[in-house]
Amino acid sequence: MSRLALLSGPSLGGGPESLADHQGRLGPTPPGGPALVAELERSGLRGRGGAGFPVAVKWNAVAARRARRRVVLVNGAEGEPRSRKDRLLMGARPHLVLDGAVIAARSVGAGRVVLYVGAEHRTARAALEGALRERGGGDGVQVHLVTAPPRYVAGEESAAVHCVSDGVALPTAVPPRPFEHGVDGLPTLVQNVETLAHVALIARFGWRWFHDNGIAGAAGTTLLTVSGALQRPGVVEVASGVELGDVLDAAGMAPEAPAAVLLGGYFGGWVDGRAAPALRVEPVALQRVGQSLGCGVVAVLPRSECGVVETARIMAYLAGQSARQCGPCVFGLRAVASCWERVARSTVTPQDLVRIDRWTAELSGRGGCHHPDGAASVGRSALRVFSEEFALHVEQRRCSSAAPSLLVAS
Amino acid sequence: MNADRLSVDRIRCDGRGMCADLIPEKIRLDDWGYPIVDAAPVGVELIEHARRAVASCPVRALRLEAMR
Repeated sequence: MSRLALLSGPSLGGGPESLADHQGRLGPTPPGGPALVAELERSGLRGRGGAGFPVAVKWNAVAARRARRRVVLVNGAEGEPRSRKDRLLMGARPHLVLDGAVIAARSVGAGRVVLYVGAEHRTARAALEGALRERGGGDGVQVHLVTAPPRYVAGEESAAVHCVSDGVALPTAVPPRPFEHGVDGLPTLVQNVETLAHVALIARFGWRWFHDNGIAGAAGTTLLTVSGALQRPGVVEVASGVELGDVLDAAGMAPEAPAAVLLGGYFGGWVDGRAAPALRVEPVALQRVGQSLGCGVVAVLPRSECGVVETARIMAYLAGQSARQCGPCVFGLRAVASCWERVARSTVTPQDLVRIDRWTAELSGRGGCHHPDGAASVGRSALRVFSEEFALHVEQRRCSSAAPSLLVAS
Repeated sequence: MNADRLSVDRIRCDGRGMCADLIPEKIRLDDWGYPIVDAAPVGVELIEHARRAVASCPVRALRLEAMR
């Protein structure tokens, strides 16, 4: 079930892999260029930041812009509270990430790479700084680090560009998208850390190698952060197309089905515990059944916890993390979160119940970024998956959990 | 046949509500005064009202875009 590609090499707990070890294991940095973009297209590689957009399409879009200068922005903000994969890669395999970034820059005609790293990921930042010193500027591109503030929306694509350009990590109206008008107005390729790590390996081993790492017709491997009611939480690399049940078993989940699984993080949604094991870990397959892999967060809610209380906490967090630029998010999301809090506390009113559906529906597509859409997805899935618990809270003013939840970071 | 549709720059919009007054067939306001826009094409009978609504937005948040 587990395939090691990104995570192969020395122990992940042993600090950053040195340049000598990295090149000893994998060889020198491949050059990149149009042939590589064709290779990426055949590989089927999709972005690993949450949107799952085909990588080759993005690279071609940036390369095709009429501009003398372009920028690659490596998105290592990782603001999703339950995700750990990006900081792990940056901290343990910085040269894999830097190889991917440099290859991308050469392939799209960018002379500048920005490493956008979340403020709290200190180990990751130190590893990247050390790796840059080891490389000594020999890659032929200008590389520098920019700190992302520890806010959820800081990792959003246009917010990342805005922060690097003007120091303000808030989303901007799109269009224009970063590929047209990004950092300092230049065409910018924004790509997640894990995506670029995959590029670094595909550039060496080819599209077929990547493709064959997947199973059941899916391509490549993917990193998941598994957490919650498990014996072995942490970051795992799995073959795309694997069944979620196999992933959960390997992570030491209790044999009886969990109450529910939060898939994709706070941007994804709840999956019923009985349906979760059969899901295939692959973005397109999940989309077809109305789910989302997102940034690969898999958080298991045990039977002893209350999904309604958990959802209320997530909605409160998301409301608090609004960029506060758009009315529907500032007011609508706050109102939905307040409803959930009252449901969780069993103080909900009849008007709340009427409005929760309408207000949730009115979140979709009405923000300047997709933050309210993510919250709507979590809320809607919770109404479906926790309908019995919801009714218990509303009609009988009871909660079936005994203990506070472990799931949500405050 | 006109295939333009209305859209809102959500960051510019600050809920003044002129748009809903000028083209209620396509725009209504949520509980806090922010526009909910019907994304379907405007149609020839409403196009002048749409253009007037776009011109009247105090913060220039309303746009008329050609359908792709």
